[in-house]
Amino acid sequence: MTANPYQASRYAADAAFMTFIAAVMAFLYVPIWVLIAFSFNSSRSLSWPPTGFTLDWYAKLATNDGLHAAIRNSFYVATGATILTLLIGVPAALAIHKFDFPGKTLFRRLILLPITLPGIVTGISMLNVSKLINVPLSLETVIAGHATALIGVVVTQVYARLQRLPGSLDEAALDLGAGPWRSFFDITLPNIRSAIISAGLLSFVLSFDEIPVTYFLTGRDNTLPMYIYSTLRRGITPEINAVGTIIVLISFVLICISVMGTKERDQK
Amino acid sequence: MATIIELDHISKQYGPDILGVDDISLNVEDGEFVTLLGPSGCGKSTLLRMIGGFEEPTGGCIRLAGEDVTFSPPYRRAVNMVFQDYALFPHMTVGDNVAYGLKLMGCSPREIDTRVFDALHLVGLYDKLKLYPHQLSGGQRQRIALARAIVRRPKVLLLDEPLSALDAKLREQMQTELKQLQEKVGITFIMVTHDQTEALVMSDRIVVMEKGRIAQEGTPQQLYDHPASRYVANFIGTTTFLPGVTESISDGTTRIAIGGGALDAVADIALPVGEAVTIGLRPEKVRLLEEGEASTNTLSGKICEVIYYGLGLRLGIELAGGARLYADKLLPDTLSRSHVPPLGQPVRLAVQPHNVFVFPGEVEA
Repeated sequence: MTANPYQASRYAADAAFMTFIAAVMAFLYVPIWVLIAFSFNSSRSLSWPPTGFTLDWYAKLATNDGLHAAIRNSFYVATGATILTLLIGVPAALAIHKFDFPGKTLFRRLILLPITLPGIVTGISMLNVSKLINVPLSLETVIAGHATALIGVVVTQVYARLQRLPGSLDEAALDLGAGPWRSFFDITLPNIRSAIISAGLLSFVLSFDEIPVTYFLTGRDNTLPMYIYSTLRRGITPEINAVGTIIVLISFVLICISVMGTKERDQK
Repeated sequence: MATIIELDHISKQYGPDILGVDDISLNVEDGEFVTLLGPSGCGKSTLLRMIGGFEEPTGGCIRLAGEDVTFSPPYRRAVNMVFQDYALFPHMTVGDNVAYGLKLMGCSPREIDTRVFDALHLVGLYDKLKLYPHQLSGGQRQRIALARAIVRRPKVLLLDEPLSALDAKLREQMQTELKQLQEKVGITFIMVTHDQTEALVMSDRIVVMEKGRIAQEGTPQQLYDHPASRYVANFIGTTTFLPGVTESISDGTTRIAIGGGALDAVADIALPVGEAVTIGLRPEKVRLLEEGEASTNTLSGKICEVIYYGLGLRLGIELAGGARLYADKLLPDTLSRSHVPPLGQPVRLAVQPHNVFVFPGEVEA
């Protein structure tokens, strides 16, 4: 090896950098690994080291009807809220991008405002409104409540993508004989599709684990986070850890799907 | 030749006082290569976009092959555009990009295949059929944009600064290539550029624009040899401007006093004697006289600057009155020190009277 006076300090710098990265990763992921580990632990108490491997907690989940209902409700709410936000948010983003109308800037700000509002405020105000117009609380009111906050997410993401799309693409389509609708479906939509999908996935996840708004707006039905929250009053059980592990798994699969989806599109 | 595009008193007003295009009338003949030349903000792009249908004029009328298309949307005009950023659809292959306009025309798949093949062959990129735009180089993208626009066989092809995104070497090559392509397909080209070389090399006719109006139009040679104004002389080619005063006028020749000497000029305009004028001289038209060489229409001064630019030398020469002009001197095969005149050396210059441009008014700072 040739003697390089900078070699040693470079190794030191590299080592320091790697340590830092490892620390950040640990900070992010150690809690999740602990959760997963305890979900397979045969002992009921949450103490290290684990006493043995078991699938009992998962078996227990399989027979828990209350939990099943909560999961179904959560999927129903998250799906409904995602569809509703996309139906409102995507056209809103297109309108802001494409048209100049009086009060456009105000509209842009106002549509983003609900994201910054604390969930509690959204929850209480929506509760007031539903009492006022006499709509009974149900999972549907939860969907409406989630949608108000999530529209901002969808509009921001889709609008940002539209802004990065050169205006000349749409003009080129018109130039080549496409009417405005044809140009939208042939050119604009395929180019913002991945933004819509990722905004939809994000909305789904945010809605899925939302508590404050749900707390105020749900009727007798419970969503999964509400259910977990209520069981926690009896302390953390390995059962809850098992639910958590399943959620981590599902999220991981969703992330993989969305990454593969965008990747495939880029290569095509 | 038939007129394909008629611009009839076209104006585009943006605000109460902002005129993008100011009452322009222009006819373009079938098969012509016309260039709109001017600095940014002169209205050339706006004019092109109005022909393409992307903007509507606030006054006047646009006719395409006799038909009024002033307010027709872009998808109802037999006109296609090559965009400055090419605007290739990123999610489609090269083949799909080129085929897109044909699909919308309702061509049969068989016809689409043949025409896409022909268009891509024309630009020499048939092997790139299955690639995506981001896999191509800038020059290749430019060619695909061209193929996509001409595949529909438009009556007129519009080109918005088509070469501006290419590097200098490629730009030069594409200039001749584009010109040859235009001659081959026989489609009328209207190009917008701010690059005078591009305009000179490619165009049949150049329209120089200034502040929304036409400053001068004509063949490249007409504009180069007879610029109608200081603006055109300055924009096309290099011109040094000197202050002068008309001394005497006799049958078409005006004698003009310039700092310590005088030059004869073939003036296109009638001027009274004793009038302050601006003289325009192109460095390549000013000839350095050898010692003792006799010539008419000469000036004398001394060398105050020497610029080497490969092809030759550009010499800055200070006249007796203090004014400075430039003269080009081509170099012999081998450059030796003796060919480079020393600073301060007195020299004599000669200019043909028809190469002396005379513009009314004093030199602007």
